[in-house]
Amino acid sequence: MLPRQEVVAMLLAGGQGSRLGVLTKNLAKPAVPYGGKYRIIDFALSNCVNSGIETVGVLTQYQPLVLNEYIGSGQPWDLDSMNAGVRVLPPYQRSRKSDWYKGTANAIYQNIQYIERYNPEYVVVLSGDHIYKMDYSKMLAYHKEKGADCTIAVFEVPLDEASRFGILNTNPDGSIYQFDEKPKVPKSNQASMGIYVFTWSKLRKYLEMDEANPKSSNDFGKDVLPAMLKAGERMFAYRFEGYWKDVGTIDSLWESNMDLLNPNVPLDLNEGDWKIYSRNPVMPPHYIASGAKVQNSLVAEGCNVYGEIDFAVLFAGVTIAPGAVVKDSIIMPGSRVEEGAVVQYAIVSENTVIGKGAVVGARPEDIANKDEWGVTVIGDGCNIAPGAVIPPKAMIDAETLAEEAAK
Amino acid sequence: MRGNNVLGLIFSDIHEERIRELTDKRTMGSVPFGGRYRLIDFPLSNMVNSGINKVGVITKSNYQSLMDHLGSGKAWDLSRKREGLSILPPFTSECTVFNSRIESLASINTFLANSREEFVLLSDSDVVCNIDFTDVVSFHMKHDADITIIYRTGKLPEKICDPTVYTIDKEDRVKDMLINPHTEGVCHYGLSMLLMKRELLMKMIADCVSRNLYNFKRDFLQRNIGTYKICAYEFKGYTQSICSMNAYFEANMALMQSAVRAELFNPDRPIFTKVRDDMPARYGLGSSVSNSLIADGCVIEGSVENCVLFRGVHVGKNTKLENCVVMQDTEIGANCHLNYVIIDKDAVIKNDRSLFGFHSYPVFISKGSVV
Repeated sequence: MLPRQEVVAMLLAGGQGSRLGVLTKNLAKPAVPYGGKYRIIDFALSNCVNSGIETVGVLTQYQPLVLNEYIGSGQPWDLDSMNAGVRVLPPYQRSRKSDWYKGTANAIYQNIQYIERYNPEYVVVLSGDHIYKMDYSKMLAYHKEKGADCTIAVFEVPLDEASRFGILNTNPDGSIYQFDEKPKVPKSNQASMGIYVFTWSKLRKYLEMDEANPKSSNDFGKDVLPAMLKAGERMFAYRFEGYWKDVGTIDSLWESNMDLLNPNVPLDLNEGDWKIYSRNPVMPPHYIASGAKVQNSLVAEGCNVYGEIDFAVLFAGVTIAPGAVVKDSIIMPGSRVEEGAVVQYAIVSENTVIGKGAVVGARPEDIANKDEWGVTVIGDGCNIAPGAVIPPKAMIDAETLAEEAAK
Repeated sequence: MRGNNVLGLIFSDIHEERIRELTDKRTMGSVPFGGRYRLIDFPLSNMVNSGINKVGVITKSNYQSLMDHLGSGKAWDLSRKREGLSILPPFTSECTVFNSRIESLASINTFLANSREEFVLLSDSDVVCNIDFTDVVSFHMKHDADITIIYRTGKLPEKICDPTVYTIDKEDRVKDMLINPHTEGVCHYGLSMLLMKRELLMKMIADCVSRNLYNFKRDFLQRNIGTYKICAYEFKGYTQSICSMNAYFEANMALMQSAVRAELFNPDRPIFTKVRDDMPARYGLGSSVSNSLIADGCVIEGSVENCVLFRGVHVGKNTKLENCVVMQDTEIGANCHLNYVIIDKDAVIKNDRSLFGFHSYPVFISKGSVV
């Protein structure tokens, strides 16, 4: 029997993140690089550790190799402790009724055994695709104070945007009386962040009921939470203040990276007592050459910058050749932007080469038809030919590029 | 593949009097270098990259920062059940701290006796280089040598401390060895690294101790040139001996040359160091940077030229930094102008300060100072 843990966190990391297109072709969304040296999942993992939660189950399903390798023993997050720590939990075969994870609730249901080993009082359910710094222990304290069965973290969004979110309508004491999924006329601006604290005995009961219901889609938002509300369980909204962003789309991923360059955005990753941990590359400090122009940018170790960057996020080992210009863009590890190439409003994935004089993306100001504008995305390992022009909103992947070149 | 039957031994303290400013509160091995490293990272990573699984670090004094840096050895992949990293603090039967290298080696006799490796590689920690010791081991075996010393051919670096200069014959055998000679021009000088059989090392140390001989170079090596087969392996790559404040400054500045970086930070033989989990360096509006090496965690709002900035350095608005080496977590305020300054870690330079050194005499600001 393992020592009892008061809280077990379950991190949902199995989603494909299809809206990220080529970026999630070979890896799960939580493993997508972010902010010059991180992967998205670093935020949830670091928040757990910083909040004192030492037992974390990571539920994986889609393209798990990169994520598995990245999490490893959990050592970079101090999650390699003797009895607790991080465990990667893929779907598995059992003596009868084996299946993939059919929905978020089913993923937890299939791992009841894992949770029970720790005999916890509470279970925290997290998403692996959000950028935020949050102290879950405060939310847990609120959950206890309210004597709740389920507490849902909410984030205030502008009322005119509220119809894009799952909205929670609450009584003055914070208790929830209604879920409003993407309401046309929102009654409140409290959007669910997809972060839940459950009293484990209650959650277990509802997971079993949900599993027994053949009509259920086995999803927290669609099935389990409404069922709990309907049955009159104590459900509360916990208001989170600070920076929070779901980076499930190309635009939001791009924006959230750019937010790191904005001193007015309250997301400081240099904060000593709430560090975001990650696997660190073994590379020397970056080098900025004479003649380079560097402003408003984030530059990681192992980079060599000879050209011009402005509002750029450069991951480890990126080279910007002399005369190359990178603006309002994200360049992921090991990529090269060759001489004279111009990259604007783009996300360039890992180990990519942007050939001499190539033009990738464009500024919205330079495009007459605004509908044609969008962030350009270059997938892993692409080799963009010298002088090539990649229009805004394009999404290039290495295989298609190679096929086209073969023609 | 790991494992090559060699035990690594690193002397973390050597010639500290030569850079007293930097070693006041630390050993030579823990002197910060190159934006994110400590000097010991170089010999330690070289050993690990050459397949050495077991490394002992011999310390003498001021080794707290060294122990903090090395930790369990995890960052060098040396935290393991079999072999791994051992920190060997001073230990003598007479309850006094040893004064010589022979004594320090005698005091780790048990460690040596309990090791299983056939060979021992001894290295100081004041030479910055990226060397593949597997070549040295092959050389040693091929020559059937008792001892292989590693040397370099060239002019003696200025102010080098007690250099050893070797006369080497055509068969790579050491014929003569001069300590601190008067030399001009090109010579073969030692890099304070040598390879020998572990049992021979223990025997020779016991011999020295029994004769009350305690000078490593004179009594251990020089006296034995005729007795043992001492061969010399030439290392042709980039090296930089940290033997004075000037040499320290120059060694940092040399990292601006891409050829030097390519050689020292060869991705196939990376230099490992303790991880700090800083965010990437952030450049603000109006920052201007040229020919500089900058580590993670820096926040730069001013202008930086020909500088090495360690992790977590802040440079304020309208501040101009030229030819500086600034160590970790130092804060430099706004409207400052600094030229040829070496700043140790955790210092604070308040707004509107000006400090100027000269290229042959950089100003030094000690750890934690407030200017």
